[in-house]
Amino acid sequence: MAISKEQVTHVADLARLSFTDEELGQFTDQLSQITDMFNELQEVDTKGVEPMTHVVDLVNVLRDDVPAAANPQEREALLKNAPDAEDGYIKVPAILDNEGDDGE
Amino acid sequence: MNFETTIGLEVHVELKTKSKMFSPSANEFGDTPNMNTNVIDWGYPGVLPKVNKGAVDFGMRAALALNATIAQDNHFDRKNYFYPDNPKAYQVTQFEQPIGHDGWVEVHLSNGTTKKIGIEELHLEEDAGKNTHTGQYSYVDLNRQGTPLIEIVSKPDMTTPEEAYEYMETLRQVIQFTGVSDVKMEEGSLRVDANISLRPIGQKEYGVKTELKNINSFTYLRKGLEYEEKRQAQILLSGGQIRQETRGFNENTGETVLQRIKEGSDDYRYFPEPDIPPLQISDKWIDEVRASIPEMPHERRKRYINDFGLTENDAQVLTSTLEMANFFEETVKQGADAKLVSNWLQGEVSAYMNAQKLDLQETKLTPENLATMINLITDGTISSKIAKKVFKETITNGTEPKQWVEDKGMVQLSDPAKLLPMITEVLDNNGQSIDDFKNGKDRAIGFLVGQIMKQTHGQANPKVVNQLLISELKKR
Amino acid sequence: MNYFTNDLTKIHAQLVNKELTSYDLTKQTITALKETDKKVDAFLTLNEEKALEMAKAIDEKGIDPANLLAGIPVAVKDNIMTKDLRTTAASKILENFVPVYDATVMEHIYAHDMVPIGKTNMDEFAMGGSTENSAFKTTKNPWNLTKVPGGSSGGSAAAVSAGIVPIAFGSDTGGSIRQPASFTGIVGMKPTYGRVSRWGLIAFGSSLDEIGPMTRNVKDNATVLAAIAGFDEHDGTTVNKEVPDFTANIAKGVKGLKIGLPKEYLGEGVQPEVKAAILAAADKFRELGATVEEVSLPHSKYGVAAYYIISSSEASSNLQRFDGIRYGVRATDVKNLNDVYVRSRTEGFGPEVKRRIMLGMYSLSAGYYDAYFKKAAQVRTLMKQDFANVFADYDLIMGPVAPTTAYGIGEDVSDPLTMYAGDVLSVPVNMAGLPGLSLPAGFAAGLPIGMQLIGKAFDEQTIYQAGYAFEKATDFHKETPTLGGNN
Repeated sequence: MAISKEQVTHVADLARLSFTDEELGQFTDQLSQITDMFNELQEVDTKGVEPMTHVVDLVNVLRDDVPAAANPQEREALLKNAPDAEDGYIKVPAILDNEGDDGE
Repeated sequence: MNFETTIGLEVHVELKTKSKMFSPSANEFGDTPNMNTNVIDWGYPGVLPKVNKGAVDFGMRAALALNATIAQDNHFDRKNYFYPDNPKAYQVTQFEQPIGHDGWVEVHLSNGTTKKIGIEELHLEEDAGKNTHTGQYSYVDLNRQGTPLIEIVSKPDMTTPEEAYEYMETLRQVIQFTGVSDVKMEEGSLRVDANISLRPIGQKEYGVKTELKNINSFTYLRKGLEYEEKRQAQILLSGGQIRQETRGFNENTGETVLQRIKEGSDDYRYFPEPDIPPLQISDKWIDEVRASIPEMPHERRKRYINDFGLTENDAQVLTSTLEMANFFEETVKQGADAKLVSNWLQGEVSAYMNAQKLDLQETKLTPENLATMINLITDGTISSKIAKKVFKETITNGTEPKQWVEDKGMVQLSDPAKLLPMITEVLDNNGQSIDDFKNGKDRAIGFLVGQIMKQTHGQANPKVVNQLLISELKKR
Repeated sequence: MNYFTNDLTKIHAQLVNKELTSYDLTKQTITALKETDKKVDAFLTLNEEKALEMAKAIDEKGIDPANLLAGIPVAVKDNIMTKDLRTTAASKILENFVPVYDATVMEHIYAHDMVPIGKTNMDEFAMGGSTENSAFKTTKNPWNLTKVPGGSSGGSAAAVSAGIVPIAFGSDTGGSIRQPASFTGIVGMKPTYGRVSRWGLIAFGSSLDEIGPMTRNVKDNATVLAAIAGFDEHDGTTVNKEVPDFTANIAKGVKGLKIGLPKEYLGEGVQPEVKAAILAAADKFRELGATVEEVSLPHSKYGVAAYYIISSSEASSNLQRFDGIRYGVRATDVKNLNDVYVRSRTEGFGPEVKRRIMLGMYSLSAGYYDAYFKKAAQVRTLMKQDFANVFADYDLIMGPVAPTTAYGIGEDVSDPLTMYAGDVLSVPVNMAGLPGLSLPAGFAAGLPIGMQLIGKAFDEQTIYQAGYAFEKATDFHKETPTLGGNN
């Protein structure tokens, strides 16, 4: 199941990464090799086997609904770390309708 | 060709917990931008989520109130997408196994019938922050980031825009009565997206659907769906094809407008959230939440009809909002007659709210004052004409009615000892009216009452005046 | 201070007796660091001023005679968040990033009066096994400066191995503590998943990551783990279990212990010297009174594939937050929002990180989830079951940490598949969430060979007990590196 250049481009778009043509070619080869290795898993009989997403058997790890007081110092520090901020907002180039998506 | 419409709704409800879904920041916004945020809300490197039990309880409460089954083993998943108001570039939600499924609500339609609308599933998730756009830049405020949400996905059971409208009304009502959300569209604590498609009657497969988004009111939802029904029918009838797209509703033109064409299906790369162990909900936990559900609208309606003798229609109007229902019950508890309270709430109070564009709790009216005022009318202390003035005063300024009518000298004059001398004087001066009365002209009484009212500046109790006049006239 | 010959107990005695102050110790350590690090390149950021201040404050407060760690200089891997101290994860995208909060592990470090003197080099975002994937520098193996120190915690390993610090902290997602410990001849523990808080550890593979101590000897390691372990309100995956004194029964010996040696761990691809060292270690354990028998972990060979799918999938999601919006580097001269994303990430991430992100995104993308992510998660269940089967009859599992000793700088980096294959012996422990220790067990051509001891979940104690017995009975840990570059 070799990966095509188009698939790699699609995944790069999802990842918000861009590659030169040369890089794209290289990635396509490497990803194909690696996914060939992944495909070895198909040998394993996993019928009826539950997928494991948590290695420790914890359940219901919950926090009581108690709010923390606002912390203006932390807010300042967070805003200071932002590459661009104005009037207490994080500033970014305008969101256009055709880019990104709002996920809903 | 005749078409059948299929509508499904996805509703987001903000839960009014004290803290956020996965972080202890206060669940408040509209505050100074980014004030109620911390490193978790900013998606800082190395931070981890911790589930708010209050949000799980609220989500379950909503699910149970909507007759859904709780999935006792459920978990959170990540939905991956980049957006400035989505700090981790993934939203923690429930994809594989939502907390609730297979619920329903019963809606009342204008033709007098009722219909059961199915709820596919309800899941817990976190809200995103807010972007403000001005010119070249967008500004991100993360105060809303992490607000607990429950998303309610209906089954595609609705076939008319009216059903969609009534479904929303019922949903809003039920959730409001559970107390888990303010469910206010104008404040964003209730949001709806609609999917609508048409298919020729008799066809099994659904047609291609369009999605209506960013709708600001139930009325616009209905109008948007009505427009979309016509638009799609026109395209199909002219041999065209519906494109899978997202559309918005233009409130000025009443039309829907294209926002985004969906190319293929979205690829959110869902997978189980590794940072949050699964939820395992015991029967006991479900029972506890079930016991915490307040009385639901249909239960209250039953009680209003049986205990207070109200009509189905009265009960319906009074339970349209939680505030109204609570206000009604509190006023009755203060000793006012239920039917009168119901009439006032549906009449003058609603008229005032509509005229001033206020919610009940935004007016100055209190159940105590309304009850006092109604009792002043019933015991004859004030006339219904005066009552209108008293009502205006108390709903505008919160004034206590009893004291006010005394201070203003608005107490109705019902004492025969005070009224008789005036009546005698009026009769003495209006011989013609006495003759008319004797000749069977009843309207003479009206004229005489009017004279008394004029003399007393409207404060005389017309009923008492009437009675006294008749007995005095008979004596002459 | 010579950290080659002085263990914590000895240094502590000098501090308590006031033969030495923490201030002087810290000062000496930093001075020596600056010299040694010219050759080793283990550090990315020094914490000189603050460390000296801290040491002074500890001296003023007095060294707690009951706390072996009081006043001891330590090094911290650069993917652990340190408030007000630059934390980069060896990535350009965080080149100037200064955290606003401390990792829970840092709070434990401060609470135990340890003195963090700097942040160590690593493979970018902990992805790699050589530190060659660092955006800033390649750390050298103190035993042979032309060799890699292993990774991703290569800076921490080299700092301990070169005698710069007695204690360093690393993180281990698929071997990132144990493999560099093996390559540099030190002791490295990957604790049970859920034992040490991940709050403040820049996430790579969230279901696999664990922070652990790297030291010169087993007992020091046990002491440090006890100091940083425990339930954390901030980390919902930590387990609320009492943390035992791991040193309490450490000298109990191995008599009567049953140790399994999986046949899959000595198979094809394992360097003959490594295999010989492990077989010799097995004999040593027998000599000391343990039973060592061949066992089988049949799904081991699928470990690398399953691990790379799961860790890359989780990483692809975890690393999305590095988008140039709220912190870190935002690309300049951007025309629009999409530019901010694409350019910041394309310029900010190195090739290996991009490769993992691509692999992960692909494994999770529509149409591939079942074949890759879900399948790998099912294989993971089988791998955990393999361990459970062995642990039903055995107390410990032993084997090599890595198939080879340290390889030459530049040798493997161009071929990802070869590099990934080197993780075959270390990833199963992470997949099953178990504790695993690497400790010195031999040499081949002047390069250390590490032995791995794997225990039952939350049974680090038995591992330390066996490791300590082995260490006492052998001299490998007494060897010191030359900081030379002989080929």
